[in-house]
Amino acid sequence: MAERSFAREVLDLKLGDGDEFRGEGILAITKALLQSGVSYVGGYQGAPISHLMDVLADAKDVLDELGVHFENSASEAAAAAMLAASVHYPIRGAVTFKSPVGINVASDAIANLASGGVTGGALIIIGEDYGEGSSIMQERSHPYAMKSQVWLLDPRPNLPSIVKAVEDGFALSEASHTPVMLEVRIRACHVHGRFMTKDNKKPSFSLREALEKPRRDTERVVLPPASYLHEREKIEQRWPAAVKFIKENKLNEFFGPETGDVGIIVQGGFYNSVMRSLQQLGLADVYGETTVPIHVLNVTYPLVDDEVAAFAANKKAILMVEEGQPEFIEQAINTILRRRDIQTKLSGKDVLPMAGEYTPAVVTKGIKAFLEMYGKPLLGNAPPPPDASAVLADPKVKTLAKTVPPRPPGFCVGCPERPIFAAMKLMQQDLGEHNISADIGCHLFASLPPFNIGATTMGYGLGPASASAFNVKADKRPISILGDGGFWHNGLATSIGNAVFNKQDGVIMVVDNYYSAATGGQDIMSSRAAKAERSTNNTIVDAVKGIGVKWVRHIDRTYDVARMRDTLREALATKEAGPKVIVASSECMLNKQRRVKPLFQKSVRDGMRMVRERFGVDEDVCTGDHACIRLSGCPSLSVKQTDDPLKDDPVAAIDNNCVGCGNCGEVSEAAVLCPSFYRADIIHNPTWFDRFMSGLRRSVIGFLQRRREARRIAFAD
Amino acid sequence: MNDLSGMPAAPTRYTTERPICVAVLAMGGQGGGVLSDWIVELAESQGWHAQSTSVPGVAQRTGSTVYYVEMLPPKDGRAPILSLMPAQGEVDVVLATELMEAGRSILRGLVTPDRSTLIASTHRLFAIAEKDKPGDAIADPAVVMEATEVAAKRVIAFDMESVAIKNGSVISACMFGALAASGTLPFPRESFEAVIKAGGRGIEPSLNAFRAAHDQTIAPPIVPASPVAKPAKRFAPLPDSVGRPDLDLLLTRIRTFPAPLQAMLYAGVKRVTDFQDPAYANEYLDRVTKLYELDKVHGGAVKNFALTATAAKYIAVAMAYDDVIRVAELKTRSHRYQRVLKENMVGEDQVVYTTEYMHPRLEETASTMPALLGRFMETHPGLFGWMFRKGRRVRSGTIHWFLVLYVLSALKPIRRTTLRHKRELMHLDSWLALASDHAAKNYDLAVEIIGARRLVKGYSDTHARGLSKFDRVIGAVPVLAGRDDGADWMRRLRDAALMDEDGIALDGALKTVATL
Repeated sequence: MAERSFAREVLDLKLGDGDEFRGEGILAITKALLQSGVSYVGGYQGAPISHLMDVLADAKDVLDELGVHFENSASEAAAAAMLAASVHYPIRGAVTFKSPVGINVASDAIANLASGGVTGGALIIIGEDYGEGSSIMQERSHPYAMKSQVWLLDPRPNLPSIVKAVEDGFALSEASHTPVMLEVRIRACHVHGRFMTKDNKKPSFSLREALEKPRRDTERVVLPPASYLHEREKIEQRWPAAVKFIKENKLNEFFGPETGDVGIIVQGGFYNSVMRSLQQLGLADVYGETTVPIHVLNVTYPLVDDEVAAFAANKKAILMVEEGQPEFIEQAINTILRRRDIQTKLSGKDVLPMAGEYTPAVVTKGIKAFLEMYGKPLLGNAPPPPDASAVLADPKVKTLAKTVPPRPPGFCVGCPERPIFAAMKLMQQDLGEHNISADIGCHLFASLPPFNIGATTMGYGLGPASASAFNVKADKRPISILGDGGFWHNGLATSIGNAVFNKQDGVIMVVDNYYSAATGGQDIMSSRAAKAERSTNNTIVDAVKGIGVKWVRHIDRTYDVARMRDTLREALATKEAGPKVIVASSECMLNKQRRVKPLFQKSVRDGMRMVRERFGVDEDVCTGDHACIRLSGCPSLSVKQTDDPLKDDPVAAIDNNCVGCGNCGEVSEAAVLCPSFYRADIIHNPTWFDRFMSGLRRSVIGFLQRRREARRIAFAD
Repeated sequence: MNDLSGMPAAPTRYTTERPICVAVLAMGGQGGGVLSDWIVELAESQGWHAQSTSVPGVAQRTGSTVYYVEMLPPKDGRAPILSLMPAQGEVDVVLATELMEAGRSILRGLVTPDRSTLIASTHRLFAIAEKDKPGDAIADPAVVMEATEVAAKRVIAFDMESVAIKNGSVISACMFGALAASGTLPFPRESFEAVIKAGGRGIEPSLNAFRAAHDQTIAPPIVPASPVAKPAKRFAPLPDSVGRPDLDLLLTRIRTFPAPLQAMLYAGVKRVTDFQDPAYANEYLDRVTKLYELDKVHGGAVKNFALTATAAKYIAVAMAYDDVIRVAELKTRSHRYQRVLKENMVGEDQVVYTTEYMHPRLEETASTMPALLGRFMETHPGLFGWMFRKGRRVRSGTIHWFLVLYVLSALKPIRRTTLRHKRELMHLDSWLALASDHAAKNYDLAVEIIGARRLVKGYSDTHARGLSKFDRVIGAVPVLAGRDDGADWMRRLRDAALMDEDGIALDGALKTVATL
């Protein structure tokens, strides 16, 4: 199961003509796919597009009714390859993934698909994870469109525009026999808005028909001489066809007056930002009126030269608002202007930053600078734009900057990955620092305090592969980490297989938490839940043995810190050649709690005997050294100031979010920390026997306590 | 979401409306999403257009996140164009679900005096950087409160977390209540409550939390409880008599000291008596008295007898060291059981058992033995080591295991003969001797030598690490003795030692000292 149920969102997929959808951008896209008569959908989860996958995974009945095939692809490459179904058949297909990381993985399939071209509409929905909160390298997806000649849509960030882009995308793809990428930025994916829905459309041509009446055409296979023809075809037929379609169907938009001294060209995704900035400069209002002509590129590749030229002509200057680097669109526009010898000045990265997110402040500053140069009169009655610099300059706020602590992401309460890295830290305390190659996934948080483990991350499932150069004789073995998500995505062949074949003499820690946890708890091959429509319970241990790993240890309870540490030591010491693989398994606590908590509460309500475990700290035993926290970082293991006049430093304390995972106790035991921790087993609905035993024990213990306290000579508290 | 015709709209006079902008700063898992959803539903229920967005990403995992909402009614059938990012200086309401997040919202420029109402919960969820230091690294809440005064147009700040808990609900309901009461949104209170009622689970608790927070916002307590970095220490008033001659004698001795010192002395005497017996407490007072005599001679009077005051605290700490006997006793006291019931909110109809995670090593056990036997055990790990390989899960709620701890705690009478006791006293007296030696030449340094004892804490390895830090800091005394600023350097060394586990900061500080 995913982190949350999407049962309610599934209802939105059933909306029909004249209904209004209200919800998240990415779910609007999902609905738009069904409205466009899509036949198959695939993808690989990841912020910000996970919800598209999650809601379809819960929407089996809707999909069956329409005869739509949905697949949780093993990787972005698998997803992109799925689009091959649209090469020979008039079948519409869509795949989705996070970008640019997803396209990096998928680019092989995309390039092949783009070379041969498509018959049915092929849509690649990419969730652009750029700027604040991004978890990946800051790059653009734009060049992938350029290098493979696939078209790139970048609609205005409101639901009607995004939904229209999906429908336009399929049509454009079919009109130009080219796959189309639909770029949606993270905020647009999560934006709440509304649009009027249409009935879902059954595909006109079914996958079944395709299977039963197969077609083939060597011309579409990427082999010489066809591949040479493909390149010509792209330039001579598909590109012009695309431009014609974009022009005729007005995919790009114009706002504001027909004429003007200056104008702004903007990526569709930044239209709202530009409008807000113009509003701040007194040149537009919140309902879309603007003094400055705006040309919105809902299609950012290819450009429609005529439209750009027409917009630029008889203007003194135009500004290109284009986030990210390099400035591909600005360069292209310069080429258009030069070729047609249009003397209009073009601004862009000269007034806007080359790198970094285009926040409202940045965009306003850039547009202002542009108008200072070419449209000074327009700024005549500009109100002072909103500004926080005065506050930020205040000494009290400057002091604040030194006070507010950073709040990096970390392992959740009771996370089963915590003890793995606690054990690794303990091992390093004994054996010294090791070279540890990290991977993508929640476990990457180990590279932050308090664990500070992991030196590099080279990509999803590539942890062990990124350690392969260290396959040399040394007194210390390299350690690499691989999550279960990365393991099935890419790791089995690229990391484990690679290590086996090259006899990599390193230690590989596979973190198995039953889900693709970081992306929202989607099921994967080794998930333990039984799924009707998926094959789960394919164990990682069997897989690594199957691929030829000889030294494998399975720890099926990661919280056993001592065993984890000792197994690590064994792996680092053993004479056995080749990779040493430790599979550490325990369920992602976030998902486990979602699963178990309601059941527990229900059982308690039903009067069943249930035992809840929680941890606590005896504050009079704790001396406030916080060694336990340095081996945990659990949000519920915190500190509190004490009123004990003989204690200087805050003591450890465990709050009520504790799920009793056991890490605290195991760590203090394994690390020989201190005896302050205790586990409380709270028995709900105790049986008569529980009550009897407890009564008996309490009376004996109570007697002994009274006896000792009577004899104790001390001042009353 | 305006019209999609793509045709330029007919030029009309600009409207001056601007959307109401609301930013929610929360930590992953704190329900910031729920809160922003409620705000959207609220606005839509009033016929407005509302747009919310966020970039949770990995921050969903305990990091800090911002949810952003803009709202405005449509005009002549046209929807407003709303921003997906908060702009500095343009945010009308900032809701921060934790005090430092409120501080962060100011640093992000979202709170400005001309416009912003800051609604913040003053409770703290400590960041890892505040928790993982060996010392006290908790950020000072007063700094945030002061900044809010200069940054915000209006501040509504109180501990909404505790209000939520009191009502069996979550903080988002309280924030929503405070928002309703703030009057920053032009919607009636009923419409807020309607949104909660339309929700799924926990409607009643949510409404209660909503109302409680609403009321507290409308009518704040007469004396607003502003958060403080450190609560006051608990000093018991010095009783005239407790009706036991041996204890009363101790009280009489305490009274021979200047009044300002008596509270700490009483705290020390209480701890040491509780640790061992009244005789031991007399030894404590003997040691303090020695320093007090020095103090008087070397002009401590003008320094409020800082030497004695510091000694009164740290000698008690040193004498009431944490040994197996002490831990066994603390774990088996009745008030400890009461605390467990309270901390875990164990109901009448429930049964609770505690399990202690203990890992006594050969060292701890040997040191609890009479000195001779203890030394023998230490020198023959081969003979005894096997007993201490693994930790012990002590089910202290069962009679068997309780008795084990009970008997251990009953070793008190032989404590003075144990190896640990001998070592502790040796360490104690050499430390005090060192301080005494410098009292004459460098009074302030002597005080800091006493204060350095703060570094010795914890058990087993942790304790050993603390001791070694203490020794290294003390090791600098010869260099500092002759300097007027020796005490300041001593204090810096101690603070550096508390900054990280491995004493990296301390090494740096010591290098500097070496260059003096």
